Amino acid sequence: MSAFATAAQSRPVRPSRGPRPEVVIRRAILTVAMSAAVIAFLSPLAYSGFMSLKTEQQISDPNAPILPSDSRTFDYQGETYDVYYVPMPDGATRELALVKKGRTQSDFIDPADTGAGTITWQGSWRTLSQPWQVNPQWSNYAEVWNQIDFPRLLFNTVAIALIGTLGTVLSCTLVAYGFARFRFPGRGLLFTLLLATIFLPGAVTLIPTYTIFVKLGWVGTWLPLLVPAFFANAYDVFLIRQYLMTIPRDLDEAAAIDGASAFRILRSVILPQAWPVIIAVSIFSFVYSWNDFFGPLIYLAGHEDIQPLQVGLSHFNGIYHTKANLIQAANIMTLLIPVLIFAMFQRVFTRGIVITGVEK
Amino acid sequence: MELPTLATTRLTSPRSWRLPRTRLTPLARREARQGYLFISPWIVGFLAFTAVPMLATLAFTFFNFTLSQEEPLRFVGLDNYARLAGDARVWASLANTFKFAAVWLPVSIVVPFLLALGLNSKYLLGSSLMRTLLFAPYVVPFVAGVLVWNAMLGEDGWIANVLRFLGNPSPPVWLFDTTWIYPGLVLIGIWGIGAGVIINLAGLRGIPTELYEAARIDGAGFWGQLRNVTIPMMSPIIFYTLILGVIDVLQYFLVPLVLKNGTGEPGGTTLFYNLNLYQTFFTFQELSYGATMAWLLFGIALLVTVILFWLSRRFVFYAGQR
Repeated sequence: MSAFATAAQSRPVRPSRGPRPEVVIRRAILTVAMSAAVIAFLSPLAYSGFMSLKTEQQISDPNAPILPSDSRTFDYQGETYDVYYVPMPDGATRELALVKKGRTQSDFIDPADTGAGTITWQGSWRTLSQPWQVNPQWSNYAEVWNQIDFPRLLFNTVAIALIGTLGTVLSCTLVAYGFARFRFPGRGLLFTLLLATIFLPGAVTLIPTYTIFVKLGWVGTWLPLLVPAFFANAYDVFLIRQYLMTIPRDLDEAAAIDGASAFRILRSVILPQAWPVIIAVSIFSFVYSWNDFFGPLIYLAGHEDIQPLQVGLSHFNGIYHTKANLIQAANIMTLLIPVLIFAMFQRVFTRGIVITGVEK
Repeated sequence: MELPTLATTRLTSPRSWRLPRTRLTPLARREARQGYLFISPWIVGFLAFTAVPMLATLAFTFFNFTLSQEEPLRFVGLDNYARLAGDARVWASLANTFKFAAVWLPVSIVVPFLLALGLNSKYLLGSSLMRTLLFAPYVVPFVAGVLVWNAMLGEDGWIANVLRFLGNPSPPVWLFDTTWIYPGLVLIGIWGIGAGVIINLAGLRGIPTELYEAARIDGAGFWGQLRNVTIPMMSPIIFYTLILGVIDVLQYFLVPLVLKNGTGEPGGTTLFYNLNLYQTFFTFQELSYGATMAWLLFGIALLVTVILFWLSRRFVFYAGQR
């Protein structure tokens, strides 16, 4: 207390260690500008969230506020009347229910004091504004849940993502270990070839691949989505290989001298040290699979019972495109899990992206 | 030990391709055998899902394959290529793809770079939170993101409302107007630039501070440092994002497919090359003609990549390499 008093009484001197004014100004300008960019960037999520909680009427009413709200009503003598803000002759504004509409004068009743009878107000009721009360329509979510058999779509999405992730992690770990720890003729060329596949347009391999899958009877099953995952991909091999290169060779050399096989070294020496990258690849692969649209679209077309969420969502949009609230509720339901996974593991994501430069 | 990232790895350095000339010792042969064994999943996958299909696609172009094969299968020489040359729809769709690329590519390079520059500034408060938030939409499933934006860019969407508030009484109906459709698609695309921001930011953080100190001693201000230190040091990353961006944009069609159900509306502007290709294949089931279109796309992608790699020798600076 006394210390405060002393400080307050002393002459105001700018603390010598504090930031200079121009630094403060730069900080303020940049922080405000970047915050605005971030808010603008995330606003579609908020828009979708609000819209998913509105009724169709709230969406179509141009005067409705941003938050999902209903205009207030009042039930009187078996009828429902809209409540308006009414400016009274004495300057006060009262919330009154409109019981009899008229062009130049209207009759209102006070919901708080119905015994006082109707109040006649001079003027056009159309100029009056309505009080809104927030009223989120959680039932939209329940409706979507029932309309699109959400549990089934969710199960399909998770199952495809989990099996694909298992295949990716297994195959990419083996291949990355091969590239990181063994010398063999053509290694540099093969590694370059592996990375070059990143630049290959998918269209140039799609037609024969699809045709073969048709001939094998795989179209209409999950196999075209799952089997390729077990044969490694460039991004994840690169990610794991770069990590394995940072693990010192001393331990695996010692294990090799003790007679451990290459596979044993991978399992007992390398993997226990490589779990950060394994986790990173697992999460990436899971979210990538969750967000894959084109593969399921072409290979599972017409097989609604085995489709994942995104394809179901796209169908749902085709059928219900006039019901924006339900579309957005379905959107939120589809994006919630990947966004939550990201929120939990955002460090893992950013680290992995830095190394591979994934831009998929 | 810091290893190069994909963006800073030089893919065109033939030094690492050199094969050992000497005969392998038995021990080295054993090591090589094990190495091949471990990479064999990828080799099998590469042959089965990349190399053989690519060659098969090329072979298809000389035949008259269709999925139902009503005509007898026969060798047609260059007929498919001749048809391609005279197919106005193909060239119109290719022109659409190039027009969209011309709008999208500069944005996809500059916006992440600028955002990363902002995030990297010592003047910014709350940088790591902002980085996380800017990245978040990247994990939003593609269809959900497109449908969110479909509403956002709608007649009563927030974008139109903000423009009305700013004094534009008739804001563009983005997705239904041939003039505004590409800017609208660019806005949708910007939602996925989170990864680009992260890559650029990592690049900026990797620039040695001595370089900036030296530049300041030489009297360079903000712009001087940006031009003479930041941009040259970032050139491998900019180059990498550009190459991947070109490959991606040449194949662009999924967003308009979801938005417009493949109709090419408004006014044929969203009939992109790849949409045309996939319709040829899936809707009309013309395997051989689709394959010919795929090889044209591959040829264009390869040509652009080769030109960019050639240009990169002059414009891209790889630190520690000559």
